[in-house]
Amino acid sequence: MKKLKKYEGFLFISPWILGFFIFTVFPISFAFYIGFTDWNSFTEPKFIGFDNYIHLFKDDNFLNSLKVTVVYAIFAIPLGIISSLTIAVIVNMKVKGIYFFRTALYLPAVVSGVSIALLWRWILDPDYGLINLILSYIGISGPNWLGDPSWVLPSYVMMAIWGAGGGMLTYLAGLQEISRSLYESAEIDGANGWVKFRHITLPMLTPVIFYNLVMGIIGAFRKFNDAYIIGGAGNQGQFYMVYLYENAFTYYKMGYATAMAWVLFLIILLLTLLVFKTSPLWVFYSGEVEGTKNKPNR
Amino acid sequence: MAITLTRTRRKKIHAIFVYLFLIVSSAATVLPLLWMISTSLKSGDIIFQIPPKWIPNDFHWENYYRAVTDIPFFLYLKNTVLITFFRVFAEVFMSAFVAYGFARFHFPGKNIWFLILLSTIMLPGEVTMIPVFLMFSELGWINTFKPLIVPAFFGGQAVFVFLLRQYFLTIPRELEEAALMDGASRFQIFYKIFLPLSKPALITIGIFSFQGSWNDLLGPLMYLNDSNKFTLQLGLAMFNGMTKVEWGPLMAASILVLLPTLIIFFAMQKYFVEGISVTGIKG
Repeated sequence: MKKLKKYEGFLFISPWILGFFIFTVFPISFAFYIGFTDWNSFTEPKFIGFDNYIHLFKDDNFLNSLKVTVVYAIFAIPLGIISSLTIAVIVNMKVKGIYFFRTALYLPAVVSGVSIALLWRWILDPDYGLINLILSYIGISGPNWLGDPSWVLPSYVMMAIWGAGGGMLTYLAGLQEISRSLYESAEIDGANGWVKFRHITLPMLTPVIFYNLVMGIIGAFRKFNDAYIIGGAGNQGQFYMVYLYENAFTYYKMGYATAMAWVLFLIILLLTLLVFKTSPLWVFYSGEVEGTKNKPNR
Repeated sequence: MAITLTRTRRKKIHAIFVYLFLIVSSAATVLPLLWMISTSLKSGDIIFQIPPKWIPNDFHWENYYRAVTDIPFFLYLKNTVLITFFRVFAEVFMSAFVAYGFARFHFPGKNIWFLILLSTIMLPGEVTMIPVFLMFSELGWINTFKPLIVPAFFGGQAVFVFLLRQYFLTIPRELEEAALMDGASRFQIFYKIFLPLSKPALITIGIFSFQGSWNDLLGPLMYLNDSNKFTLQLGLAMFNGMTKVEWGPLMAASILVLLPTLIIFFAMQKYFVEGISVTGIKG
């Protein structure tokens, strides 16, 4: 009986452990093997060593999908972080009607999925879409957005910025944890708004920025839904995951697609490690300072 | 005197900038959604009128009728509700169940298991996607809802487990000690004390789970080929694939598909705001 008690907790976590073996350990080991095969999933897999991985770097479509994803990430992640942070700072001010604005700006997090992807296809329509209509009000004739290869990625970045309000929650939570006393003592020293932002708000928010940077990298490389629906001229909307999906489920190249998944995993891992390695240089944990509220590491 | 004047003036300028930012950014966020509503009420020829009208002269509600009849909308709705119901139930209940094990027990290897749990949060599902697909097709589960529902029963979602564990740690031990004295089992304590006390956290996680399941496209795309089994997202994606795009009915269908997420969010907003602050959840 006593012995049973000892393992009672194990009983509670056992569904997850079971799931971990069935849906993580086994598939990962299996994926390791599949990556080395030529396999359409109907006939027997053929072991081909590193051929899939070698072929990847000669595959123009693969290189294009990698480029599309990387360029998107380079622009969308920083711009998204800046926009979300700015919105959070402004929305954190106690002005009249702020709840209304907060709700409006948070809407992109509430509405998503195929509906919103379709909406973007429609509002980016060069002739009858909303964006070019608004541009025409100020005398600009807008580009052919999704129909022009050089405007496809800017379209995606614009969509990412539209969703920035939906990402404000973490920053808002971070802002509300900053102790008032820090601002008060800065005010006594005569600091103005910008100085307070630059030397208190921003450093105190670096853990949240760090968290969002990591999540942003993962999100950009996993981007699938809207890219699959929206596409874009000249293969410029063919993100990494879209090409991976096509290989697996349109061409049934399971080995090749799995090799792509491993490369994706490596890229995300390396980038995340890089961000973690550089974090001591720019991420500031308030727990390191006396007299401020303790915050769990993120 | 002069100093106070400039201070009030600066405050005013400051307020003007704040409101300008709020109005412009909110408008940029909301206008596309209003445009969506506007389009959904326009007839085919009005949609392509230049310059376009924000409010059409007469509302073409038949777009909504067409949205639910051009595609088997109610069938897809039924499929989606079925999948979402089981998935949300499993993700919330099982995550809480596992989280309780991590929060309140000591057993050999607990810390290692917890570390593994945390590392699976970071692992992108793409690596396991294809082997899991092959596994389910080997089981003959393609074209059934099982691949979309069953995994949730195996421990919910790692990130939810983590967040709920953090929440459970804040629940005072005195409550369960009293219950244990009265002879309650650990499961009864979990079910009768922990779950009711964690309502805001559970609802917040429920909302995330609902959004994830309702908006899932990749899963249904992989596992459901038979058009009778489609979910709303998949049906909408196919609607989009039709050769001639009719924006009126398409926008009407899009609105109908995202309406439930909007309604649930606003109905649960009170708990959601509370849940965010207690669990420290990030969007």
